[in-house]
Formats: sequence, structure tokens, C-alpha cells
Amino acid sequence: MNNNVVNLENVTKRFPAGKTEFTALNKINLSFGKGEFAGLVGPSGSGKTTLLNIIGSLDIPTEGKAIVLNKDIGQLSHKEAAALRNFGIGFIFQTYNLLPVYSVFDNVEFALLLQKMPSDKRKKAVMEALEWVGLADRAHSRPSTLSGGECQRVAIARAMVKKPQIVLADEPSANLDSKNSHHIVQTMKRLNQELKTTFIFSTHDEKVMQYLDRIIYLKDGMVEKDEQIITK
Amino acid sequence: MLEFKLALKNLLGSGLRTWLNVTVLSIAFVIIIFYNGMLDGWNMQATNDTRAWETGAGQFWHPDYNPYDPFTFADSHSKMEEGILALEEKEMATPVLITQATGYPGGRLVNILLKGVSPNQKILSIPSHLLKDNPDDPYYIPAIIGNRMAQNLRLKEGERVLVRWRDANGTFDAREVTITGIFKTTVPTIDAGQIWIPLEKLQELTSMTGEATYAVISPNAADLPEHTKWIYKDDKALLKDLADIMAAKKGSSRVISSLLLAIALLAIFDTQILSIFRRQKEIGTYIALGMTRMRVVRLFTIEGTTHSFLAILVGMAWGMPLLLWIQRNGIPMPANADQAGVAIADKITPYYGGGMIMATVLLVVLSSLIVSYMPTKRISKMKPTDALRGKLV
Ligand SMILES: Nc1ncnc2c1ncn2[C@@H]1O[C@H](COP(=O)(O)OP(=O)(O)OP(=O)(O)O)[C@@H](O)[C@H]1O
Ligand SMILES: [Mg+2]
Repeated sequence: MNNNVVNLENVTKRFPAGKTEFTALNKINLSFGKGEFAGLVGPSGSGKTTLLNIIGSLDIPTEGKAIVLNKDIGQLSHKEAAALRNFGIGFIFQTYNLLPVYSVFDNVEFALLLQKMPSDKRKKAVMEALEWVGLADRAHSRPSTLSGGECQRVAIARAMVKKPQIVLADEPSANLDSKNSHHIVQTMKRLNQELKTTFIFSTHDEKVMQYLDRIIYLKDGMVEKDEQIITK
Repeated sequence: MLEFKLALKNLLGSGLRTWLNVTVLSIAFVIIIFYNGMLDGWNMQATNDTRAWETGAGQFWHPDYNPYDPFTFADSHSKMEEGILALEEKEMATPVLITQATGYPGGRLVNILLKGVSPNQKILSIPSHLLKDNPDDPYYIPAIIGNRMAQNLRLKEGERVLVRWRDANGTFDAREVTITGIFKTTVPTIDAGQIWIPLEKLQELTSMTGEATYAVISPNAADLPEHTKWIYKDDKALLKDLADIMAAKKGSSRVISSLLLAIALLAIFDTQILSIFRRQKEIGTYIALGMTRMRVVRLFTIEGTTHSFLAILVGMAWGMPLLLWIQRNGIPMPANADQAGVAIADKITPYYGGGMIMATVLLVVLSSLIVSYMPTKRISKMKPTDALRGKLV
């Protein structure tokens, strides 16, 4: 095959809508290489989240083939899909989705606990990830005491701590002000360059778009335009 | 295990509601142990007292003797067989003779049982040594009665009462007996309606020399005679009535315990449903981070079940001092609490057995596990993408 981390072939997703079906994704053909910093852009309902969910093995295509890190998403067992997410894919959500009763440290540590990483290695990795996002001094705070921007940085640390090959970020800046939006995208861009992690965003946000190397325009579940940005 | 750590964090993180559930469950836990401890303590006391005062380690019965049918008493007496006599010789058995009689205390007429027991016997706790004869008066009959009987006949020590009976030939005869002792026992079945006199006197009065109705065996008796005409009743058979009553009491205590437990479990069940409903996003996040749904089910089940572990710890913290205090002081029972022939002391000392406590712990944990698991079916049906959107399911 090739060096792509994601290969989508004719990926179609239909949802039952009353008696008929609603086509949220219509024959999507896309691939993402290692180290890409790409974004899905498009109006609400165009299928951005649906596509990210399939790449993230949280959902399966109705038709077509989605190969992620050499795994066929449609063929994975629950356990295999969970392992793929645990080791290979980091998620960043619009609403941060931090676990409220855990400290910042515990939140970031969580994925490593699932990986059964030994404790000393784990502690080092968590602190390193918190350094990346500049929150090492807040390790023992509760998420409820952090600002939105800080929460999203914790979420980035949580996604990055396991050094996944792919990070999927669904509208990561939608709840943030402009300063924080810039900050988190810059952070992700830096990590993208340092660790060669593939980032795939979904966004409406101009501020995010200006950092992207590639913008894929979706409309009605189809790829309208796939644009490489060469300017630096 | 990761799940336990997470469960504990989640539970402690949700604060008041957790402690409310834990408190209610701990109350149920402690009350169940208290109830069972009280019944077990009562049972032990009643069993021990009944053995000591009435049944001994076992009894040989005349084949026609039926304690539930006083009409059999007239015919259920005979000389004891060799083997039993041999035991008596070694003070390993003591015979008792029963005759139906009528007492006339203060002009009233009361049906009674006259029971003959040897003043020298040491097998039963009944103070038969108080049956002191008066060698100067050939007509003197010493008698002892229990305090229930004393109350009923309105008799005090040293007073006399007229007693009438039929002898072996069916002839009526009457004599006054002198109360030489009033004993206090928890065992009503050797007290109410009974007057105890020296065995030899009764044999003489009824012309039943050397005869008895049954013989009580000492716990020290080794080899019991086999193939006797008299029927051997072992400890279990003799205590069957008591065991039945205790089983019935346990049954009703179980109803109360289950009700209490059900209330506590309902609270946990409710908390589980609510928490699964409210924490969909969290569930979705666990899955996104690499848990399978089954593992999330396990997490929530353990989280619910952890209520029971906390409840047991909390229950021990406040329950243990309380239960031990009750054990030290005993539970006072109202006077005249005699119930259906069960020996009951003025105070019951609860007995908290290890087995009973373990069984209660197991009951609380397992039932919590079940009510914690049931609502998690929702999780196993949840689509991760729906969960992440926090969409109602
Ligand atoms: N589980 C589902 N069941 C039914 N329809 C769904 C489901 N998930 C998504 N859809 C539909 O699929 C379409 C695409 O949804 P999607 O969430 O992917 O859009 P989006 O591009 O992420 O939009 P937004 O910018 O608002 O987040 C929408 O019309 C949505 O209603
Ligand atoms: Mg979306």
C-alpha cells in the first residue's frame, strides 16, 4: 500500500431518518499522509463530524472502505477498535470533555492507564505532555478551576500524551475566544511539526484555517474542494 | 484494578448523593446484623437453657409417652430397661415420672402435672436438692415450683397446697405438698402448670415403684444402650419445637431486613440510572479514549457496587461500637415475654457470628452488584457517537 495513515474509498454513511434514509456522507474519497495538518470545512450538517467519527473508529461506514493505520474500520471488533483508539488516535472535542472528578494530571494520565504503561514512565509522559501545553503547574487542579482555553490545552495534552499517529479535533476552538483559539492551534501546529502527528480538524473558524496546510471543503456529504495551502 | 480506582474517584467526586446512599445502605447493613445477632443470641440462650433445664443431651422415652397428649401419661410409665438403669447407676441418666393431677390452691381448681425427679440428680439445672424431706413426718411431701407456677398458684416458699391424683389402679388419693423452693428459669416448659416432687415419693404415691416416664441423659454419657424398647430422642428431636419457632422468627426478620435493604438498593438503582443518563458524554469520552463499551459497563457496575463497600466500612465505623455496646448490656425483654414455650431470658445477649456477618456482607455486596449492573444495559446499547453528542437515549 502507501504511506497514508488514513485512506477513505467511497465512504458513504446513511442514517435512518423516519421511513427513509439520510445520506450524511456520499462516496468520500480522501487520504491523509503522515504529518498532515488538515481541516474539514463546510456548513453545518455537511458531514464533518460524521467523517471524523468514522476515521476515529467510533462509527462505521455504511458503504465503502475506511482504512485507518492499516486497519479496516468496518471490520474491527469492539476490542480492536478500542485498542486502535487507545494507541493510535487522539480526540479533541469542542466541549473539551474532561472528566470533572479527576485532576488535570489524572485526565491526561487516563489513556496511559488504559495502555497499562508502567507508573514511572507514565508520570514522566504526563508531565512532559503538560509541559507541551504549558500547564505543568496546574497538574493537580480540577478542570472546573480552569479557563476554557486551559481546559482545551489539557485536552490537547490528553490526546498527545500517548503520541498517537492521528489526532482528530472536532471544532476545537468553537468555545474559545480569539486569543485562546490562536494559542491552541499554535500549540497543535508545534506538536504536529515536532512529533509528525497527523492532525485532522473540523472547523468553521477562520483563525484555525489560516494555520492549515490543507483544507477540504465538504458540502452535503461530498468533497467539494480539496486544497493544499502552500504559503508559509 | 483501574476500574476500582476510577469508581472510587467518581463516587467520592459526586459527594452528597453518594454519602446519602452509603448511609442508608449502612443502616440496613447494621440493622440486619443486629436483628440476626439478636435472634442468634436468643436462639443460643434458649437452646442452652432448654438443654440445661429440660432436655439434657437426649432422652429415653417410654414408647407410649407423648408430651403433647397428657392423656397418654396415665399409661406411659414402666420400669427402666437394663441399659438405662446402668446409665443411671453411673449418674449419666436421671429418670422423670409424670402424673396428671389437680391442685387446689386457695380453693381454686388447677390442672397440673406432678413430676417426680431425684433430689440428688445433677444432670438438670432444676434445683432438686431443695426437695428436703422431713423424716419426722411420714406424710410430708416437699415440692419445688417455678416462679411462673408460684405466681399462678399464689404460693410462697413454706406454704402448702392440696394435690389430688389417681394411682396406678385408678384410685383417687389426695395429699398436701409443702413448697420447699421456688426456682427461676427461662424455660417455661418445666415451670408452668408443674409441681416437682421427689421421684421416690411420687412412685410411692402412685404405686409405681421403680417406674418412670422418661430418662434424661447427661452430656457426659458415652455409650448409649442400643435396641431398647424405650425410644431414644436425640438433642435435635427434643429441640425441634424451639428450632421451628426460631426459624419462624428468622423468617419475619428476613422480611424486615429485605424491606430495609430494598429501600437502600432502590436509591442505588436510581442513582445509577440518573448517572448513566447524565454522564453520556463522559461515557462517550471513555470510549473515545479507548475503552470498550463492556469495560464502561464494568466501570459503572463497579462504581455502583462500591456503594456497598463504603456502606460496610461506614456501617462498621458506627455500627460496631453500637452493636458491641448492646452486646455488653444485653437487650432487656419485657417481663412475661414468654412466647409459645420458647425460653427467654430477662435480657438477650446478641451473638454476632462470623458466618452471619460474612453472609450479610455478601448479601449487601451481591444485591448492590445486581442493582448496579441492571441499568448499565443502556450503556451496552449506546452508540458511542450518540453518547458523545450527549443525545438522550
Ligand atoms: N446519529 C445520527 N442519526 C441521524 N442523523 C445524523 C446522526 N448523526 C448525524 N446525523 C445527520 O448527518 C448530517 C451530518 O451531521 P454532522 O454532525 O456530521 O455535521 P457537521 O458537518 O459536523 O455539522 P456541524 O458543523 O453542525 O457540527 C446532519 O444532517 C445530521 O443531522
Ligand atoms: Mg459537527
